Amino acid sequence: MSDAKKPPLLDVRNLRIEFPTRRGTLVAVDDISFQIAEGEVLGVVGESGAGKSLTGTSIIGLLEPPGRIAAGEIYLEGRRIDNLDDDALRKIRGREIGMVFQDPLTSLNPLYTVGEQLVETIQTHTKLGDKAARQRALDLLSEVGIPSPERRIDQYPHQFSGGMRQRVVIALALCVNPRLVIADEPTTALDVSIQAQIIKLLQRLCRDHGAAVMLITHDMGVIAETADRVAVMYAGRIAEVGPVQEVIKHAKHPYTEGLMGSIPMVGRRLDRLTQIEGSMPRLTEIPSGCAFHPRCPKAFDRCPKERPELIPTGDVEVACWLYDEAPAKAVGDE
Amino acid sequence: MSDRALSGNAPSDAMISVRDLVKHFDVSATLLNRLLEGGEKQFVKAVDGVSFDIPRGRTFSVVGESGCGKSTVARLVVGLYTPTDGSISFEGTDIASLKTRRQMAPLRRRLQMIFQDPYASLNPRWRVGDIVAEPIRFHRLLDDDKAVQRRVGELLEQVRLSPQDGLKYPHEFSGGQRQRISIARALASNPEFLVCDEPTSALDVSVQAQILNLMRDLQRELDLTYLFISHDLAVVYHISDYVGVMYLGRLVEWGEAREIFERPQHPYTQMLLDAIPDLEMSGRPRIPVAGEVPSPISPPSGCHFHPRCPLANERCKTEVPQPLKSRSGQVRCHAFEEDRLPEMRQHVRKTED
Repeated sequence: MSDAKKPPLLDVRNLRIEFPTRRGTLVAVDDISFQIAEGEVLGVVGESGAGKSLTGTSIIGLLEPPGRIAAGEIYLEGRRIDNLDDDALRKIRGREIGMVFQDPLTSLNPLYTVGEQLVETIQTHTKLGDKAARQRALDLLSEVGIPSPERRIDQYPHQFSGGMRQRVVIALALCVNPRLVIADEPTTALDVSIQAQIIKLLQRLCRDHGAAVMLITHDMGVIAETADRVAVMYAGRIAEVGPVQEVIKHAKHPYTEGLMGSIPMVGRRLDRLTQIEGSMPRLTEIPSGCAFHPRCPKAFDRCPKERPELIPTGDVEVACWLYDEAPAKAVGDE
Repeated sequence: MSDRALSGNAPSDAMISVRDLVKHFDVSATLLNRLLEGGEKQFVKAVDGVSFDIPRGRTFSVVGESGCGKSTVARLVVGLYTPTDGSISFEGTDIASLKTRRQMAPLRRRLQMIFQDPYASLNPRWRVGDIVAEPIRFHRLLDDDKAVQRRVGELLEQVRLSPQDGLKYPHEFSGGQRQRISIARALASNPEFLVCDEPTSALDVSVQAQILNLMRDLQRELDLTYLFISHDLAVVYHISDYVGVMYLGRLVEWGEAREIFERPQHPYTQMLLDAIPDLEMSGRPRIPVAGEVPSPISPPSGCHFHPRCPLANERCKTEVPQPLKSRSGQVRCHAFEEDRLPEMRQHVRKTED
């Protein structure tokens, strides 16, 4: 372990998120651990209901009740942040962790000008005076590529297009140089051409500002372009985590493999896409053992019985019994 | 094959043939406000002269960014909107000439639509069986109630659901399953032509793969013709035989899917292709598209794309490019006509007619 010298920027240990309901407790995120190093871009990918957004919101303490962190610890630069009170969390949010959400229209207040919102955020976290804060806001707007910021700063969010709004949101997230930016589906609501611009922008800004990024998305393409490492989530667990190149080109977990095969790609002329049979399990009926086993073409007798933990295999870690060295029979066709 | 199918004049084997289709929406202020404030009438030219043919049993996709008018094309083709100008002929019958519901009904049976949002397009108060049976009952395809039930069971099996699912309500199904129900409903009247408006955009990738595979299987089994509307180039590449790229109400380029993706001619098509995230991680350099789609209320003069186009010159700003014959379809671009396209992407062009 490398934490002998310096702790990782973000360290999530055995996180478990539950939703108590009348019909029993639903476990949406089940015992996941991961780390993000300084300046690193970690992609978190998965389909709806995999628990990726909940993981993101729990880190910044914005989990909506009745959802709650039932177990586990979250450390930011070695300091535990999951048990802080609201006031302490508010200081971290924006100051140390910035956020970019999917829909820029809901994360901006329609009643305030873009400038007012930027200045407010800047002044909440720094001691800058009105003039200096406004200048900083102007600099930010031009940094995120908004043309004629002097005019745009006094406009309202509805006067911006979707792509421009998302630029404003990115400016808001980066306005006090946070150490970590959590970006939840930042490009999903945008057109392809705008999507490419925003990805490039996010990448460049985070590098310039030295911020690490947790990029949550369902889009493998965005991950491939942006992330250093990727964690693939399925039914509240991490199925596979490792360097992007490795995971995308040599997917090890049968779910990742199926997922990659199911993505249509330009230049890959296939008659049929690989199909993962069945559908995502509901939270009320997560299968025993490995949650993927009912849909897995390679499942064997061990899979429904025991839950696999992440097993280091080469550069990646895979939660799959196929990669468990101990029983020889498990090593199949790889 | 393709030349015959996509040549200028409506060939006899085209199932759907769209000519110079125009749809304007009136977005003016109310008359009173116009009188008081002195505004002019304003129109959005959502579709501004679109022509294409779809041969029987094939898939034609219209791809473009939001606001380019692709969904309007879909709605015009199924007759949900009346065109401002131009013609849509379905095996020789002009859809726009059918004014009443009664005249439309026989055609309605043969062309059906699948919508994007499977949560909004199924009536939550109806059982799935009734939803799927509705077109059968409406068109009086079967009289006997038992026969209707049997047919509904068959349809549900055809979309890989079980006949027992007919007794459930839509909320009991996931997004992908709901889309299957929409498809079963669309197939209930034995249509020959399906218009699919972003049928997989609301779905997860693995579910999308299931639906795309299903659509392909059904196309083969039932000899269906598809008009497929999507913003996702990868999906379009996968499903289409022919592709039309739309920008602000105009088809800027269309032709055989393979041609369009391998040798895109129009600078906009090239930019769209460049904008696709690189999943193969080949490290190919990308030129992100500059700028945004302008407002369709006041589109740029000349070629709508000129403010974002790296090859634009004076002529592009003033003169609307006319469709020119390309290798497998048509292109509307002055740079193409003047041979100004970058060397690498240029290819031997057939003589124009």
